[in-house]
Amino acid sequence: MRPKGATTKEPEMATPQDAGDEGGLVFHPMDQFIVKPFFGDGTEVAWYTVTNATVWMFLAVIATFLLLVIGSSGRATVPSRMQSVAELAYGFVYKMVEDICGKEGVKYFPYIMTLFMFIVCANFLGLIPTAFTPTSHFAVTVVLALAVFLTVTILGFVKNGTGFLSLFWVASAPLALRPILAIIELISYFVRPVSHSIRLAGNVMAGHAVIKVFAGFAAIAVISPVSVLAITAMYGLEVLVSFIQAYVFTILTCVYLKDALHPHH
Amino acid sequence: MATETTHAEGVVEAGPGMPQLDFSTWGNQIFWLVIALIATYLILSRVALPRIGAVLAERSGTITNDIAAAEDLKVKAAEAEKAYDKALADARTEAQKIVAEAKAEIQKDLNAAIAKADDEIAAKSADSEKAITEIRASAMENVEKVAKDTAKEIVAALGGKADAKTVNAAVANRMKG
Repeated sequence: MRPKGATTKEPEMATPQDAGDEGGLVFHPMDQFIVKPFFGDGTEVAWYTVTNATVWMFLAVIATFLLLVIGSSGRATVPSRMQSVAELAYGFVYKMVEDICGKEGVKYFPYIMTLFMFIVCANFLGLIPTAFTPTSHFAVTVVLALAVFLTVTILGFVKNGTGFLSLFWVASAPLALRPILAIIELISYFVRPVSHSIRLAGNVMAGHAVIKVFAGFAAIAVISPVSVLAITAMYGLEVLVSFIQAYVFTILTCVYLKDALHPHH
Repeated sequence: MATETTHAEGVVEAGPGMPQLDFSTWGNQIFWLVIALIATYLILSRVALPRIGAVLAERSGTITNDIAAAEDLKVKAAEAEKAYDKALADARTEAQKIVAEAKAEIQKDLNAAIAKADDEIAAKSADSEKAITEIRASAMENVEKVAKDTAKEIVAALGGKADAKTVNAAVANRMKG
């Protein structure tokens, strides 16, 4: 599915750049990430414009709605397939929150479930050929990560007062080492949102770009079978990555939340 | 805003190096992302999660109830089995008792019948004994009489004058020996 969609898309994407006319190998692996208005031909993107990013974000919302609301509408004691999947997703995230954050963390389960469902749906929908992947954009992941970072930090101070700072003061270490450790802990704390956001966008973007590069090679007849095979393999990997990255983002959110709830090491 | 993140490579015209770093679209993306997240959150917290949670709780409740009911039924079944066993054992003892009673009664009847039969046999054999004794006595009498008569006749035939009294005494004497 992917090779066909990707290769047919290539010239169409390349034309605005006027580069497709030169013949030979043309790579535009990053063109798939261009945000442009969904309706009309313009390239101007105002803050309210409905772009391809907007459309795919809302498709992710709709997918979440279909799975969790329509899927569970039967309320059956013996669940249908859709309901089973919805319950599986619910149980998966619920257990994660409960295991990592403890009973107090359950209160924040809807927030974490929101993050997980949005990311996982956006990732999987982004795997449809010619689709746009919102989670490949730093604008999206930075907002998600910053939201988590700010929520967790504020929550930590609200719940524990200045006691939250004990997160940086490793009481189990020798006294002489503690100031040094405190600096390291502090730096690592502020690096969290950076790694948190770049990990997700970077993984998704890299996979999609690599597929696009292989698709570019498919233009050469001799290499094309290898290229198609490579795209297929890469696609399989991307399916895995889509889920794993959503999982990693969610579990890290839980870990950060745990730090806010129980800052003592 | 860094709209011009293009590589001036000359050959390839324009084309952003990384659309992710085209900050002119960030405002748009963030705006729609926030709306999408709020929509997702409202859908989840208002409808989906309470419903799924309720379904799961209901299911675990149903399962617990069913297991309890099954446990109850099991206990009842065990009780019923015990009662059945007891009834069976009772019936068996009852039957044995009845059999024993019947046997005793029959034995009694039988004993009575045997005793009666024995009595009758004894009576009959006593009668027979008596008859035989009589017959024997009469036979002896007859023999004595015949012997006396014969002896008288023989004496008479031999020419002697037989004194009846003497002959009788002689015969009786002889027969005693």
